[in-house]
Amino acid sequence: MNYFRCVMTHLRKDLQLEWRTKDAINGMLFFTLLVVVVFSLAFDPTAYPTIARQISGGLLWVALLFAAMTALNQSWAREVRNSVLDAQRLVAAPASALFVGKALANLIFVSAVEVVLAPVFAIFYNLHPLGQTWLLLLILPLGTWALVVNGTFFAALSLRTRSRELMLPLVLFPISMPALLGMIQATTNVLTGDLEPTLWIKVLFAYDVVFTTACVLLFDTILNTD
Amino acid sequence: MSIAITSAIELHRVSRVYGSFAALRNVSLTVPAGASVVVVGENGAGKSTLLRLLAGLVSPSYGTVTLFGGAAREQVDRLAYMSHETMLYDELTGVENLRYFAALQGVRAERVEEALHSVGLDPAIPRRVGEYSQGMRQRASLARVLLTQPDLLLLDEPFSNLDVASARHMVELLQAYVAGRNGDGLPRTLLLTTHQHELARPLAEMTLTLQAGQVVSLEGAGVTH
Repeated sequence: MNYFRCVMTHLRKDLQLEWRTKDAINGMLFFTLLVVVVFSLAFDPTAYPTIARQISGGLLWVALLFAAMTALNQSWAREVRNSVLDAQRLVAAPASALFVGKALANLIFVSAVEVVLAPVFAIFYNLHPLGQTWLLLLILPLGTWALVVNGTFFAALSLRTRSRELMLPLVLFPISMPALLGMIQATTNVLTGDLEPTLWIKVLFAYDVVFTTACVLLFDTILNTD
Repeated sequence: MSIAITSAIELHRVSRVYGSFAALRNVSLTVPAGASVVVVGENGAGKSTLLRLLAGLVSPSYGTVTLFGGAAREQVDRLAYMSHETMLYDELTGVENLRYFAALQGVRAERVEEALHSVGLDPAIPRRVGEYSQGMRQRASLARVLLTQPDLLLLDEPFSNLDVASARHMVELLQAYVAGRNGDGLPRTLLLTTHQHELARPLAEMTLTLQAGQVVSLEGAGVTH
């Protein structure tokens, strides 16, 4: 079976599991909407549109980062239940296909949350971007992929640790700092229109390429560690 | 000159240590291809560890494990392992689970129905595995390992949770499988652990007894330790 078909088989399974349980999406949606509402009450962004534009990028990505944690842990919890992961290890198919399939599934889940979140965010924070809005169509997928590719990898890495819910953010946050900086700066630049976000988009793209390659290459070792 | 590989399993002075606890101690064993071995022993005797070592899910702390003349990890396409747990997704039906594993392993789709029928499960059951009874879960799990028609079957407590009639049916099925009577006619090697020795007697061409991680007896022909 070729690699692409293996990835698609894993992806289809993860989508099917999520469709039946809706664990990841419901948890993320609830969390991000809560963050948006709470912060809009705390800061009253409609009274200070300039400040709202300056902080919205950061708020959006931090909310997504924290929300993604729940989905990332959840996606591997399904594999650990009933020892399905052992069955995966014994399948004569590339281990990294499991990782890529799961990362793609997580990308779809987080993107679905973004689709719901973006208009709510724009309304609550009265946002009118002053930069090139279409660039958000590049920044959002690149930023989301940076979160999910590392998150999926490190969630798998922390599977065998005792407090995996705690371990994932501890490992993921420091390693995501460059990407987080890129996402926030690029988004803020689009919203405020002060600076060109191109450099930060390039940083995000480079980060995605480097970490996707590293994660794909190292996943087999992670999966088959005793 | 070619050398025919006649042994399916070879363990040479194998130990597996977890922290300060030795689950297996200095085990040497040779099982010929086509043999059927029942492993017995008390809880904690090392039965499950032995099977996980053979499946390549854990590495030996000391010693070497060889399957069909090669390293265990390189033989994943020739073996199948069934553990205490179902190794299936609770949220999918039995047929969906098996289709998923069949697709990954390049097994033709018809094998899914064949495997489910062989263990006495109706592929049309709309219930998810999480809603199955314990016995049905056990049978679905067995169907998963039979999907690829592996040369080596490693079964950990396959009869637990089964009523006597279902367990007997499973024994008959395994007897036929090992003898090569269902499928392509090739004899297969079987290693299973059980606490229900009487039930597994028809499969016990050889009986290996483990105690505190060591082989204490081996009865039957062909197996050496």
